[in-house]
Amino acid sequence: MKREIGFTLNGEAVRLEVEDQWTLLYLLREVLEMTGTKEGCGYGECGACTVIIDGKAINSCLYPAMEAEGRAITTIEGLVSKDGELHPLQTAFINEGAVQCGFCTPGMIMSAKALLDANDKPTEEEIKDAVAGNLCRCTGYVKIIDAIKSAAGGR
Amino acid sequence: MNSLTTVGQKIPKRDAPPKAIGAAVYIQDMKVPGMLHGKILYSKHPHARILKLDTSRAEKLAGVRAVITAADMPSTFRIGVMKDNPPLKTGKVLSIRDEIAAVAATSPEIAEEALSLIEVEYEVLPGIFDPIEAMKEGAMLLHEETKSNVLKLPWKLVCGDVEAAKKEAVFIVEDTFSTPWVTHCCLGTSGCIAQFDTNNNLTMYSNTQIPSLAQNDYIEALNAFGLKNKRVRIVQCVIGGGFGSKLDTYSYEYIAIRLSLKTRKPVKIIFSREEEFFATSPRQCTITKISHGCDREGRLMFREIEMVLDNGAYTSWGATTPSVMMLPISSLYKVPNVKYTAKCVYTNNTYSQAMRGYGNPQATFAIESSLDQLAEIAGIDPYELRLKNANEPGEVTPQRFKITSCGMKECIEEVVKRLNWKGKHGRGAGRGVGMASLIHVGGGARVYKSDGCGTIIKMDDFGKVDVFTGASDIGQGSETIIAQIVAEVLGIPIDDVNVINNDTDICPWDVGVHASRTTFVAGNAALGAALKIKSQVLEAAAKLLEEDPAYLDIKNGIVFSTRNKEKSTPLGKALRKAHYTLGGKMLMAEYFYDPKNENFDKEFKGNLSVSYAYGTHGVEVEVDKETGQVKILDYVAAHDVGKAINPLLLEGQIYGGGLQGVGYALGEKMVYVNGELKNGNFLDYKIPTAKDVPPMQAVIVETDEKDGPFGAKGIGEPGLVPTAPAIANAIYDAVGVRIKDLPITPEKVLKALKEKEKIG
Repeated sequence: MKREIGFTLNGEAVRLEVEDQWTLLYLLREVLEMTGTKEGCGYGECGACTVIIDGKAINSCLYPAMEAEGRAITTIEGLVSKDGELHPLQTAFINEGAVQCGFCTPGMIMSAKALLDANDKPTEEEIKDAVAGNLCRCTGYVKIIDAIKSAAGGR
Repeated sequence: MNSLTTVGQKIPKRDAPPKAIGAAVYIQDMKVPGMLHGKILYSKHPHARILKLDTSRAEKLAGVRAVITAADMPSTFRIGVMKDNPPLKTGKVLSIRDEIAAVAATSPEIAEEALSLIEVEYEVLPGIFDPIEAMKEGAMLLHEETKSNVLKLPWKLVCGDVEAAKKEAVFIVEDTFSTPWVTHCCLGTSGCIAQFDTNNNLTMYSNTQIPSLAQNDYIEALNAFGLKNKRVRIVQCVIGGGFGSKLDTYSYEYIAIRLSLKTRKPVKIIFSREEEFFATSPRQCTITKISHGCDREGRLMFREIEMVLDNGAYTSWGATTPSVMMLPISSLYKVPNVKYTAKCVYTNNTYSQAMRGYGNPQATFAIESSLDQLAEIAGIDPYELRLKNANEPGEVTPQRFKITSCGMKECIEEVVKRLNWKGKHGRGAGRGVGMASLIHVGGGARVYKSDGCGTIIKMDDFGKVDVFTGASDIGQGSETIIAQIVAEVLGIPIDDVNVINNDTDICPWDVGVHASRTTFVAGNAALGAALKIKSQVLEAAAKLLEEDPAYLDIKNGIVFSTRNKEKSTPLGKALRKAHYTLGGKMLMAEYFYDPKNENFDKEFKGNLSVSYAYGTHGVEVEVDKETGQVKILDYVAAHDVGKAINPLLLEGQIYGGGLQGVGYALGEKMVYVNGELKNGNFLDYKIPTAKDVPPMQAVIVETDEKDGPFGAKGIGEPGLVPTAPAIANAIYDAVGVRIKDLPITPEKVLKALKEKEKIG
């Protein structure tokens, strides 16, 4: 069944028809062709598909697209400013060496952003908690934690 | 080369910005116009006869464009190291990942639905899931054409005389260690898109680690399909992790090719996470019987190892990991007499592949655990035993490895100092320290006839450079390392260097991203090409500046005379002068670097690598005697890397490897029960999360390898090799129990503590 919904995506109003079985991830990747958000498992265990919905980091692979109605959604594509300037978290991930294969990176950055938006001086434990649901097989997380610390410190 | 400007700097990875903004295109993100979606039907049983396979209902489903079975593949076509694996199976299935049919449809959902319409009837057969059972006389044969389930691979190494050494040794230990199936868990799952042009030339969008070898594999397949003399182009998308998982070509790739041929459309196959767990080839489980002996002073006299490896149902490179296991077995520490035999055994389990370390982690777990046992009965501190027997520069090991640079002693000392070993070892009471070292290839590994890598460089009119390299970047950062090396040699800013590394139509040959070889081999290839084009630049500038090229150099994009300050010119001006002249030229250079390493001889001896990488990991743990929980309090990973081309990336390899090692040591295990994977998801197969990161120190020891590019050696795999034994040794130091079977779970620790109590 199709239904028209409206929501805010990266600051812009969107209206479109969605099928009731679509996940938000499907809507983003397959319908809107915004492939920055990744699918690593499809069942909410790896965090590669993390987006921010009304301030909270959410696994978009489990989130029904219909539920987006009226909400504010931010994806990795929404972090770069209109004039192309990178978000401090993106810059920190690049400069601190927090990116290897990069498949987990967008989701990791979104979880970190949700954390820093709510808590601008997180402790190391709070950082680890915030990204505990984002799996990374390459980096050992050390430089990811460093990057988040550095982005928090630079605010 | 003493005042380096780019090499040695913490330069961020060049592919990090597109990855951090979500613009990098992985195979998952790739679309080709007109593309269909392929899905594979796997066997329901690990061992069964297929009585009936009916695809007619699937074929009729709207949106289905093709259904293929073994009948669509040439009957003699096999893949795998021993050519024992038909991409689609008929007759008998030998494992739960056996592919029996596949569908191409206009959407993944339709393809999935079509799979459910394929009817299969099986006669379930009893299986063999234990390699020891499979080795027994009269055991059922998996491959009926063979005489035994033991693979016909001659894994045997003999150096010196172990029997004689045993008689002379004062202290001898013997024990058995085992390791489990573990899997790579790349965050980006496997996938490809196969596309043919009107002349039946194939383009494969891929995330392979071996573009040049995969190209050969596909050409062979096309030949088998009756398509002779066709071209194959491999275009790599951004690769979402490798760790050895993509060192071979797999059935799904040939299925995509066949579906594409049949439909005349591009066909994409992407693995689900579930498939990634059960249908890719993991690191195999091993059973290792080891014996070590030393003299009264603790000098090692012999090492003897017998190993059994569960190969699974078919062969990939997992069957060849004993060749690399020989490296630590013969040459980790000085040990004059060595004997090693290994049997790889067919079972109805999944089939094995190499994974970071290529067998080295399994072998080193046994060796380094056993060495601590030896130190104990010899009454020597484990650190002193290691130092006494440490490898040294100039040594030729029993397997005929010529040790050039070697920082093993420095690595051991770094661990001792940073962990405060002397104040902590041997105190027990729930806290303890342990260490383990590693040797690995650090200067390529001649496992094929060529260990080479090609590089082409061209320069434009303004001094900007394109570097075409055969070396693949799987996230480790080779693109950045190559750019640094070229920028350094040419005296230009790194931003002026563009690296192209993902297209076999334009990039030269490379044997693959494996064996921790890329910085060393591709780095040397880039260095060679850069030096060649630099001499051309200096020739061109010499004419312009009227100076002998021997007295010219380049820095910050300026060509200048080293003896006359007056004479200098921007690089671009010299290049334009060379170009826009009657009979002018654009500068290009190529270089193919093949290291002077040796293939093993028939006895598995020879200098496999031009240089060897060393490292020592030290761990402090706290063991909860009530729960068996092991907490890592401190972790020091010291690595002899020759020279750090980029310390930022290098630390990333050490941390990343180290935490993979922690997962291997303390938690990861693929639970196969009667051939079926019981924990094929991230919930039940737990890889370390950010919460599991212990305090880690990455210590870089530089030894300046004479043959390495700017002195560098490999670092890709070493990071996880000694982790598990270092942790096992620390646990023993803390509570006096030795866990010999990975992973070291709280249950095993608790059980061992209880048994220890009983014995008193």
